[in-house]
Amino acid sequence: MNMTTKKPWTWASAAGLALLATLGPSTSFAATLDDVKSRGQLRCGVSDGLAGFSSPNAQGQWQGIDVDFCRAVAAAVFGDPDKVSFAALTAKERFTALQSGEVDLLSRNSTWTASRDNAMGLTFAGVTFYDGQGMMVRKDLGVSSAKELDGASVCVISGTTTELNLADYFRANDMDYNGVSFDETDQSAAGFDSGRCDVLTSDSSQLAALRLQLADPESAVILPERISKEPLGPAVRQGDEQWMKVVRWTLYAMLNAEESGINSDNIDEMRDSPKTPDDARLLGRDGNFGEQMGLSNDWAYNIIKGVGNYGEIFERNVGMDSPLTLERGENALWNDGGLQYGMPVR
Amino acid sequence: MLRPSVSIPRRGRGPLWRDPAVRALFFQVMLLAMVLGAIGFLIHNTMTNLDARGIRTGFEFLDHRAGFPVSQTLIDYSSNTSTYGRTFLVGLANTLLVSALGIVAATIIGFLVGLARLSPNWLLARLAGVYVEIFRNIPLLLQILFWYFAVLRTLPSPRQSLSLLDSFYLNVRGLIMPAPEAQAGFMATPLALAAAVVGVIALAIIARRRQAATGQQWPVLPLSLLLLIGLPLATFWMTGAPLEWSTPELSGFNFRGGMQVLPELVALWLALSIYTAAFIAEIVRSGIQSVPHGQTEAARSLSLPGRLTMRRIVIPQAMRVMVPQVTSQYLNLIKNSSLATAIGYPDLVAVFAGTTLNQTGQAIEVMTMTMLVYLSISLIVSALMNLYNARMSLKER
Repeated sequence: MNMTTKKPWTWASAAGLALLATLGPSTSFAATLDDVKSRGQLRCGVSDGLAGFSSPNAQGQWQGIDVDFCRAVAAAVFGDPDKVSFAALTAKERFTALQSGEVDLLSRNSTWTASRDNAMGLTFAGVTFYDGQGMMVRKDLGVSSAKELDGASVCVISGTTTELNLADYFRANDMDYNGVSFDETDQSAAGFDSGRCDVLTSDSSQLAALRLQLADPESAVILPERISKEPLGPAVRQGDEQWMKVVRWTLYAMLNAEESGINSDNIDEMRDSPKTPDDARLLGRDGNFGEQMGLSNDWAYNIIKGVGNYGEIFERNVGMDSPLTLERGENALWNDGGLQYGMPVR
Repeated sequence: MLRPSVSIPRRGRGPLWRDPAVRALFFQVMLLAMVLGAIGFLIHNTMTNLDARGIRTGFEFLDHRAGFPVSQTLIDYSSNTSTYGRTFLVGLANTLLVSALGIVAATIIGFLVGLARLSPNWLLARLAGVYVEIFRNIPLLLQILFWYFAVLRTLPSPRQSLSLLDSFYLNVRGLIMPAPEAQAGFMATPLALAAAVVGVIALAIIARRRQAATGQQWPVLPLSLLLLIGLPLATFWMTGAPLEWSTPELSGFNFRGGMQVLPELVALWLALSIYTAAFIAEIVRSGIQSVPHGQTEAARSLSLPGRLTMRRIVIPQAMRVMVPQVTSQYLNLIKNSSLATAIGYPDLVAVFAGTTLNQTGQAIEVMTMTMLVYLSISLIVSALMNLYNARMSLKER
């Protein structure tokens, strides 16, 4: 019953936020990088259990794309990808936990939207995964399109963009539905599995992960429609440019490394004999790009050495080397037909 | 210091600051000013800090379109047009519904179990004891999850529903039953019911006065029942039975028509009432045992029958002990209903302090409203119970 231990989070975070806001000095959060360095550990908010993004493995270690991104930031700051502690947050708790300072970085498959970026005191630093909302139905219903779902019961996770997209989609297509909102990913999947709902809706990558957790994964099928854009990425508190840039450039470093063919295996020889001036700058052989951010100049080397480039992380957690077997699709590099594009280190 | 005697304004008193009344007033005013100042500072500082962090503040969000669905709405709600303010009311109504249902059921079960525990019947008393020990010693959240996942989820899918008379259906989506639809002229029936209630109250008062004056009793209970059932029913038939039933039919994925009792509501209701009833049973037992045995013996020596002794002598005295404690249990039940969020029942915490908070990101406003609601409900219930207690308490004449 992980429920019991996690429930107080929302209240605790809200109370913490209220306390900080009411009693704290009237300055904005700043210098997260200094705080993290002096603490010697990065505090990272991740999902409460979503295969491929963040879930504990059999040895109790967190793994997934979101988790690896946290490790990459820790590697950039400390040179050690293990100097990070993870906080499992439900969809409802996540933004409050970041606002109140419980975590330094939120890497929890969160969609970058205007209201979150502008009115919640957060700043999204980039997109680690381009996703779209999908729907999963039981095979025996014989449904082949989301347009045939008039009157269905739909399980959804509360406090997500998917909850709103769902209402918009059914209204736009002039259909009715009964929504059942659950607090946690696992419970909404259990609701779908036991027949409480006909449909489970979420980001389609997440559906692929949840499908594998069903009693019989073959009994469910993901419909082809993608009803929304869901750019998932890491978020930090608003008003701390320096920290936001550390996070943003961690992502760019991983993308640039993949583009240059630098991975965790060949990184040492690439650093010793860089093939291009670009590689030399990225790996700290030329210029002081790390110091400009408040990091050491081998920041990118530490990221790739400790965690890997973007492609490695993708394939290991959600791609062909993982049970989810997702295609790169939009998440391929820009020169490979995708949307992932690392800004140049120059 | 020397001062001319004419300048002493009040005879026998020192200067103003020596006057205890003035001093007391001064300190009261100072304290009030400090408290108000502290509150003002906290509010101002909060606003400044939230603003500095780029977090939106204020209550304008209550007028914005919510755009998310709620599975049970007692008042009109549409995910397309309703506002966040409306989600507050929807959640509040759902909280009140499950609390009211839970309080009624917990009281009935609790009383029966409490009486059973004192029963001379060995088996009955032991069974009641087992009930109390099991249900009050298991955490409530586990009981809620048990009723939801272990019991209710084993029901069949909509297509294999258990059905009764082709109008009641039981499946994993809940209990679906015919819904009454009022036609023109139906309003006469509830009015007749209201009239019957007034009649019953009047009857009870008259009967009591009559008994006090003459010692004669009227059969109040049968008469009341006749009035309560007969009058609305007669009105209903006389106005031409203006009620039609919308029967549920399976079409597509779900039943259409009729009304649906959500499994989430049933699970939460069961868990809350069974859990709280275990505590109420103990309160009832202790209340009854607190009445001195001499009272029962005295009643027997007046040859009052056993049931009458219980009803007229023991329970009224036990009530004085029970009411304050039962009030606490009611308050606990209301607050515990916020565990609804674990199983997706759309109560105030799940809908408003959950989804609305997350969609708007205005934690402080939403949490403040939610806490104020629970505080208000609890204070109202508490006040009502205190009123009742004052009526029940010993009148010294």
